[in-house]
Amino acid sequence: MTEPLMKLRGLTKAYPGVIANSDVSFNISKGEVHALLGENGAGKSTLVKTIYGLVKPDSGTMTLDGIPFNPAEPRAARTAGITMVFQHFSLFEALDVAENVALGMENPPPMRDLAQRITDVSKTYGLPLDPTRIVGDLSAGERQRVEIIRCLLQDPKILIMDEPTSVLTPQEVEVLFETLRKLKAEGTAILYISHKLEEIRALCDQATVLRLGKVVGSCTPSETSAREMAELMVGGTLHVPNREAGVVGKTLMQIKGLSAQSPADFGTSLKNVTLDIRAGDVIGIGGVAGNGQDELLGALSGEIKVGHGQISFLGQDIGHLPPDARRALGICAAPEERMGHAAAPDMSLTENAALTARKLKGLTKNGFIDWGKTRTFAKEVIERFDVRTPGPGSAARSLSGGNLQKFVIGREILQNPQILIVNQPTWGVDASAAAVIRQALLDLAANGAGVIVISQDLDEIMEISDLFAALNVGRLSKPRPAKGLTIDEIGLMLGGAHDMEVSHVD
Amino acid sequence: MHNLYDNSIAGAAMIKLEKRPQPSQFWSLAAPIVAVMLTMIFGAALFAALGKPPIEALGKIFWEPLFGEFNFFYLPQLLIKGAPLVAIALGLSLGFKAGVWNIGAEGQYIIGALCGAGVALALYPMEARWLIFPAMLIAGAFGGFAWAMIPGLLRVKFGTNEILVSLMLVYVAEQLLASMALGLMKNPDGFGFPGSRNLSQYSSASSWIDQSNGMHWGVVIALIGVIFAYTLFAKHILGFQIKLAGQAPRAAAFSGVSPARLVLFCLGTSGALAGLAGLTEVAGPAGLVSIDFNVGYGFTAIIVAFLGRLHPVGILFAGALMALTYIGGDVAQSSLGLPGAAIQVFQGMLLFFLLGVDVLTNYRVSMKQGSVA
Repeated sequence: MTEPLMKLRGLTKAYPGVIANSDVSFNISKGEVHALLGENGAGKSTLVKTIYGLVKPDSGTMTLDGIPFNPAEPRAARTAGITMVFQHFSLFEALDVAENVALGMENPPPMRDLAQRITDVSKTYGLPLDPTRIVGDLSAGERQRVEIIRCLLQDPKILIMDEPTSVLTPQEVEVLFETLRKLKAEGTAILYISHKLEEIRALCDQATVLRLGKVVGSCTPSETSAREMAELMVGGTLHVPNREAGVVGKTLMQIKGLSAQSPADFGTSLKNVTLDIRAGDVIGIGGVAGNGQDELLGALSGEIKVGHGQISFLGQDIGHLPPDARRALGICAAPEERMGHAAAPDMSLTENAALTARKLKGLTKNGFIDWGKTRTFAKEVIERFDVRTPGPGSAARSLSGGNLQKFVIGREILQNPQILIVNQPTWGVDASAAAVIRQALLDLAANGAGVIVISQDLDEIMEISDLFAALNVGRLSKPRPAKGLTIDEIGLMLGGAHDMEVSHVD
Repeated sequence: MHNLYDNSIAGAAMIKLEKRPQPSQFWSLAAPIVAVMLTMIFGAALFAALGKPPIEALGKIFWEPLFGEFNFFYLPQLLIKGAPLVAIALGLSLGFKAGVWNIGAEGQYIIGALCGAGVALALYPMEARWLIFPAMLIAGAFGGFAWAMIPGLLRVKFGTNEILVSLMLVYVAEQLLASMALGLMKNPDGFGFPGSRNLSQYSSASSWIDQSNGMHWGVVIALIGVIFAYTLFAKHILGFQIKLAGQAPRAAAFSGVSPARLVLFCLGTSGALAGLAGLTEVAGPAGLVSIDFNVGYGFTAIIVAFLGRLHPVGILFAGALMALTYIGGDVAQSSLGLPGAAIQVFQGMLLFFLLGVDVLTNYRVSMKQGSVA
């Protein structure tokens, strides 16, 4: 083996109350796709932020090409040849592609040359992109290409990618992987963060596994099974939810020709969504972020009022009912954004339990809240869903994202609703807790509730759903039995003709 | 071996604010006390700079009215000045918690007084306290309510800013007051002097219960208001929803709170309370509708609401404290020749320090060896 491109030795970083990285050491070689594995909170983000100059380690050293490397800021890291594509894009929607690329460069060339170079790079690496298009009109996959091309124009030695495929359709993932393989062949090292194990097995040469800030192992992904890698991440055996073939009952909720304007400025309006939810159904709704997921949840929870006859529950028209009245009927929902939407950050968990559970759990009498009963319910949620917190008196904002997610989902599930709509139920939750949540969703359906799971995690949807439907630009595809669907079929449902069209431009 | 990329510069020690994971219990209680102490220290410095004996001035403000020789005169004054402040501040605190900013309580106070006084003056000299006084209370509350509904409905229907509208309506109300005092409500037996008949001497309309002790219906209303507001926030779903809407509007909408109804409830209640305060004032301590009937309770109540940390019991204490600085300020003004503006600066300091120290409830201060890149 030749001298590695980058050596990390004993990197340690502590924040008040948590050690994000503890004595992390590993090497990245030239032309290697190196996976960084770990659950949320394992310290992956801190580690790549350290490499990218956003975080200063408390101790430990890094070398790049044998020279000590301590970037004080991202600019220094970029100058040294390290670039990063973030999970959340930092693009200006009102500017065009070339302008956005120029904004992220240290010494951008004149606009005309830049546009030419963008076209060249996009051709070389198979990333179709027109430099004159306005970013606001691009799909998530195309936006990611803008970020990648911006990185490539700086001739990186190491390209860091944080969860790059979470916003892509399977077809777009293939395009991305082709590009990454090409880069690798040219000698660029890629540090690849993902929790999609099958992808890592297909793409990566080496994997380093982090748990609770420490390196707990490394492996060659192509020779290791996904299950083994998952258990390495979790540090135990993984419980896979079991699905008992439920008996599908009568239709509980009918969505017929649902159309609703998005309340958000760059939101996606719902167009003619039709879906029947029967007792015992688990319906998975996939789709790339921003295709109307928030709006669908809002329309079903009651935050968005819809027209007459568009949503009915047991034959009763409920489109005009506010969230509270729908909960009283047994329709519960958990939105994606937990802080500030599903939960009030500055309020205690007890108060947050009253936020949605007061009707079905009978927490109020004549408008007066029974705080004792509310606290008991909050405790029950904390215990059943293993929420790590000192107690129900803690403010919601003191919980980590995953723990608050467990609380929010648990709060809805324990109300025993007849219909439950969840958006990204296990987002940011570690694998064992995710299994608990999925099992609870399945149990709910087995007991005769209808469950809608909106998620961007296809593995999750395939694991628990009976029916699969895809949201694309506010339209919902016809639901199909999840069993037997191939990844290609799913990809076509997700992207629809619309996205395929775009990726063939140029 | 040289270090290529380390270009950080060791910075000087920096004061940093770090957000606490939980609001500090200690500081939420200690903040008002520390604020009052800081106000005393800086107030003393201000008085000293004005050439007045600082300790004596503070004594005149805080000690004299409560325990001095003439406290039999000042203590009733405390009730008279404190009651409207507490009643108005309670109403405002509802809205402030929900993020609804009623700045025009002064106007609602005036209109409440005019409506209530209007009922009494229209029925004068009929003797029927069982009818007239309750009717005045209803009219007073309704007047304040209706005046507050103007910014409320405008905000709900057209999205106007209730801060501006409610504030502007104060000036409209003041003009209306002047017009009434000089015109429609002018005392026909008043030999041409501006101002209405004296309501406090009209037995069917007087809000006095025991004038020598400063006890009037406004005091009763303020105390009932404290209990009502306390129960609302501690136990009732509506109080919970008000807090929720102020802290996390999206979570409130998700929970099922209708923002429009909440805005109207908060503005309506605070308007009604301000109206009641105005009515009990005009029919008692003030006695009559005059051009300068309003003395700024509606604005001072904003300070009282925050000084009491928007908590009903806190507001009770804050109202008493603020009334004390008013009365004590008068004492200091007359006995030490302290300028009135200095007393106002002193009151302003109180709010300033309170809001400043309040930061410590949610943040902790840490000294950091910072590095500046």
